[in-house]
Amino acid sequence: MNVSSVKGSMSISSSTSTWKAGDTISDQFPAGLRVLVVDDDPTCLMILEKMLIACLYKVTKCNRAETALSKLRENKNGYDIVLSDVHMPDMDGFKLLEHIGLEMDLPVIMMSADDGKQVVMKGVTHGACDYLIKPVRIEALKNIWQHVVRKRKNEWKEFEQSGSVEEGDRQPKQSDDADYSSSANEGNWKGSKRRKDEEEETDERDDTSTLKKPRVVWSVELHQQFVAAVNQLGIDKAVPKKILELMNVPGLTRENVASHLQKYRLYLRRLSGVSQHQSNLSTIISAQDPTFGSLSSLSGLDLQTLAATGQLPAQSLARLQAAGLGRATAKSGIPITLVDQRNIFSFENPKLRFGEGQQQHMTNKQQVNLLHGIPTTMEPKQLVSLRHTAQSVGNMNMQVPPHGAQSSQNNPLLMQMGQQQQQQQQSRGQILVDSTINHAPRLSSMGQPILSNGMATNVSSRNGIPENIRAPGYSQTPSMLNFPMNHASELPGNCFPLGSTPGVSNLTSKGAFQEDVNSEIKGSGGFMPSYDVFNDLNQHKPQSWELQNVGIAFDSSQHSNSLQGNLDLTQSALGQQGFSSGQMNGHNRSAAVASKAMFSTGDVKELGSAQNVNQHLNNLLVDNTIRVKSERVCDTSPANIFPDHFGQDDLMSALLKQQESVASSENEFDFDGYSMNNIPVYCVLLSWKMVSSHCEYHVLLGFFEAYQGQIIGEVSKIHFCMICKGAHAEF
Amino acid sequence: MDGYGMQNQIACIRRSLFDQGYLDEQFIQLEELQDDANPNFVQEIVTLFYTDSTRLIQNIELTLNSRPINFSKLDDYMHQFKGSSSSIGAKKVTSECAVFRQYCAAGNAEAYISSLLPYIYTD
Repeated sequence: MNVSSVKGSMSISSSTSTWKAGDTISDQFPAGLRVLVVDDDPTCLMILEKMLIACLYKVTKCNRAETALSKLRENKNGYDIVLSDVHMPDMDGFKLLEHIGLEMDLPVIMMSADDGKQVVMKGVTHGACDYLIKPVRIEALKNIWQHVVRKRKNEWKEFEQSGSVEEGDRQPKQSDDADYSSSANEGNWKGSKRRKDEEEETDERDDTSTLKKPRVVWSVELHQQFVAAVNQLGIDKAVPKKILELMNVPGLTRENVASHLQKYRLYLRRLSGVSQHQSNLSTIISAQDPTFGSLSSLSGLDLQTLAATGQLPAQSLARLQAAGLGRATAKSGIPITLVDQRNIFSFENPKLRFGEGQQQHMTNKQQVNLLHGIPTTMEPKQLVSLRHTAQSVGNMNMQVPPHGAQSSQNNPLLMQMGQQQQQQQQSRGQILVDSTINHAPRLSSMGQPILSNGMATNVSSRNGIPENIRAPGYSQTPSMLNFPMNHASELPGNCFPLGSTPGVSNLTSKGAFQEDVNSEIKGSGGFMPSYDVFNDLNQHKPQSWELQNVGIAFDSSQHSNSLQGNLDLTQSALGQQGFSSGQMNGHNRSAAVASKAMFSTGDVKELGSAQNVNQHLNNLLVDNTIRVKSERVCDTSPANIFPDHFGQDDLMSALLKQQESVASSENEFDFDGYSMNNIPVYCVLLSWKMVSSHCEYHVLLGFFEAYQGQIIGEVSKIHFCMICKGAHAEF
Repeated sequence: MDGYGMQNQIACIRRSLFDQGYLDEQFIQLEELQDDANPNFVQEIVTLFYTDSTRLIQNIELTLNSRPINFSKLDDYMHQFKGSSSSIGAKKVTSECAVFRQYCAAGNAEAYISSLLPYIYTD
């Protein structure tokens, strides 16, 4: 449920556990700090190890990034900080950075002999805590513990500020944590970000949220809930207090909501400016981003999702996000072009959108909040499913019920959804969106599944697209969950129940999908959540609120007409979708958005007839949830064009475009279904066929980090990284 | 005594390495890391460096000999080499690598190589 999502989203970062440890040995701190060093150069590695030992740290060294990642994954709380080289043969240091940031949320320090400004900047944007120039001196290493402390402190602070009672865990309370953290809790926290979807779902979440770090990770689900609440209240009247009440997420404080709202507003504003693009993106996103889950860390759904999707061009993502953020609040009044909306919450909405349809599927709450930002890497399969589902469901709910349960959970969820969807009809692309959204399987909580269901029905007609989506059978797909993202499996929390989003799973195939989608969408209105769906979205738009995930489906970014623009679109689209879906289920909107974005980009080209889409969308939206947006998407589908090749960038731009387009038309939607306009742009991580550089993802992460307070810059490109299963954004 | 004589010699050689710019203070850091727990730390590190750099140099040579020269690969290798040598404190090698990289950036490896080869072999 929502709560759970919150919890799940809370980034529990291993640091929590470390705190505990720290507590016990606080007087010895920083001695005993557990450092993981990764460097392909054996000489350097040995020297670093020796130096770190001399600093009294506990050192673990690896000479390969993959090894490091697996070590981190198997022992999430086993390390406090990571030192990584930038240039490594098997994986780019920045990619690793992104992965770690998303999955484990550990402070990462980059090292390199390269002291060029660009490289250092890259480190910053990707979220590195620090950047050391080789040769590394022991003095520099003596101080690395400050990053650990700082990170923890920030998390605590968030918690404290939010004032949630649950927190209780403040730093001093580590012991409490121990108490609270029952195995379940611990599990949740450990997962940081996405984890524990499974268990937590409700109870645990509460506990965990309070216990663990106060930091709130705005997962896709959570974000969708947020968007739904905002839409419900009306962007103008949305005040944190009311939103908080509506969201009813334990552990969430007013401050959390307030800051998120602020970002969302910015996002929306930004989206409105990018309407056309966004719509495109959204479509892209949805389709593509199965990996959305990976973005778990992306709390700012908007941004993160975008980032996650990697697909979305970083820029667009940023835009989307901003727009999304902004938009979320404005659900109806906001003149956000659909595109924006889509972007905004593709994730969120997806869930919502599917609402009806999805619910069935979604049962898994995980449905996701569409990867709120979690760049869950959706596995292609999932994507496919997502897409399909997305179509029908539009509720991206599929997204991957990342409730925290990382992929494992989601997957099943998605699968379920997907299947259901199939019957229904490829539920709108939403599902796709979901998948992209990787959101933790919030889907269920969001009620998205319902959307999918609902959507599914609509989708049937609309889903013409679903066919494209390959969602074999996902008639309904909408269960947005499907989205989740195939990657769900990958991402620990990203559970993108891609299964449901058939479309999404196709992300990789998205390119193809999109095309399909586009064609399909025209008729079907069912958005395929899959990012391809986005394409469809354009056409269907409303349908695939699933697209919401579109943001995620940044795969579409490939289409990236102008990714950047797309991103925005996606975002907006997503956001919008989110809104509309808000009604639906409140969930998948984002997914829907994403999908929208996806569509927009992809579809734009094909659809051309935005109206078509819109209409479809409307139909699709089960009850209008999505429809709103989708239509818009269609109309605007600006360039969404997804260039068939799924260039992430394209996708993003496409998405963005779409979103934009979508957003514009929608504004008046009351997001019952999937108002693209308010769809936050979620970066849906679509399976990036080729991850060019992991760093982009980091950038996105960095961007999301920015969400926490500072805007780093506009994302120029979003790529979806298969390695980190996250969206990478380039600034 | 003999022992002292030998030690003096070593000290002199070491000193000269610093004076000639072959080593910089990073090396001193390494030396400081050596302690009773790791009495041969420096030796181990340097041996490791030589082994690793041999491999690297081989790669570089291969790349240089291939036509057309793959500059980006060369640049990568150089970067690695530079990182290694700087960690050791091999100042001169590091700076040579930097220069070489500049040449590579300009796409003018041959000219540099010919001027560099003597260094490579003597280092």
